[in-house]
Amino acid sequence: MMKLFVLFFSLSALAGPFEDFGGKEGLVKVVDDTMINLLADSKTKPFFEKADQTRIKEKLVEQFCVELNGPCTYTGQTMKRSHKGHDINSGHFYALVESLQKAMDKNRIPQRAQNKLLSKLAPMHKDIINK
Amino acid sequence: MLLLLLPLLALCLPSYAIETSGKLLLTGGVSSLEGSAGGGITPWALIGGYGTRDQIGANAYYTNIEVSEYALESYGALVGLYDRVELSAARQTFDTQNVGTKLGLGKGFKIKQDILGVKVKVLGDAVLEQASWLPQIAVGAQHKWNHEGNLVRALGARNDTGIDYYVSATKIFLGQSLLANATLRRTNANQLGILGFGGDANQKHKMYLEASLAYLLHRDLALGAEYRSKPDNLKVAEEEDWYDVFLAWAPTKNISLTLAYAMLGQVAIQDNQSAVYTSLQLGF
Repeated sequence: MMKLFVLFFSLSALAGPFEDFGGKEGLVKVVDDTMINLLADSKTKPFFEKADQTRIKEKLVEQFCVELNGPCTYTGQTMKRSHKGHDINSGHFYALVESLQKAMDKNRIPQRAQNKLLSKLAPMHKDIINK
Repeated sequence: MLLLLLPLLALCLPSYAIETSGKLLLTGGVSSLEGSAGGGITPWALIGGYGTRDQIGANAYYTNIEVSEYALESYGALVGLYDRVELSAARQTFDTQNVGTKLGLGKGFKIKQDILGVKVKVLGDAVLEQASWLPQIAVGAQHKWNHEGNLVRALGARNDTGIDYYVSATKIFLGQSLLANATLRRTNANQLGILGFGGDANQKHKMYLEASLAYLLHRDLALGAEYRSKPDNLKVAEEEDWYDVFLAWAPTKNISLTLAYAMLGQVAIQDNQSAVYTSLQLGF
């Protein structure tokens, strides 16, 4: 019994959050679904409907991959630069989090891995909200 | 009563008129027994309701604590202003049931208490500041008025009104799916004030620690435990610390349901009271 526990915990430790997301392929699906949700939400739609969605999705996948310690390089702009002047308030910020959460749920990402990613993204509020 | 209706009326408002409910699910806590947002038996540093720093939030709640020998119910409402200030009002009714007979009050005698609360977020952000070790910190006060002044004085209490002051620190460790809260309260209330304030054994205000730890099973579901140390001022009725384990579920931002199993120690000469705690909250 003890051995089983040890095995279980070492296995769950081996599968890091990047693997929990299904690697880069999994992240692409999550980000695709997030964009669909963002465009369906009247709070976030105005920020994305006329933007280059393909590029944003590509950069988000890179960014999430980096934050989850995956084998990627982020090639996009800084958070400060990409959000400057967009008049984003905390309600918009949380609405984006909710779109991402819905997408992660849809792709059956484990709750702990979801929270791991969100905990890495949350501090970015400093460069995004009211900038 | 008007305060209770406010959140319900606001639920009927068309959502496009004013933006509301911007905060994430459960990040306003639930309504504690004394009306302030927090866990079940202790306030947290979180501001109640779902208003962001640009919005107003509000909710109303009803809580019932059922013990074999008595019952305690509490209802009230709160308004959260710009995720900064929280104003709350609560009424508690202690239905003595069989304890009433033992205290010589008559079976089913009810003791009521009203509480007005204010809480101000001082610094930090429990949700957003994930890279910092600094918790969200708030200070608050609860002014309590017991309706049965003569009775609580006869039991040995010094006063029928009192003010609790507290400071709360709440930290959400999102990467670990954990929420932790510690509250330091300065009070001389006997059983929250239901048995008055100060007493023949001790009448001074002292500091008491309250703590909560919750695991976020899902963003709409939290499982936790709480502890609240309490004064023991009355010779006639020994008072003990409280513990509970709770499950809080918020299927939407407009409704939450909290179930808890609480160990209330001795309350008014009834030994080792374990209680079932049920709470419903409606708001935005």
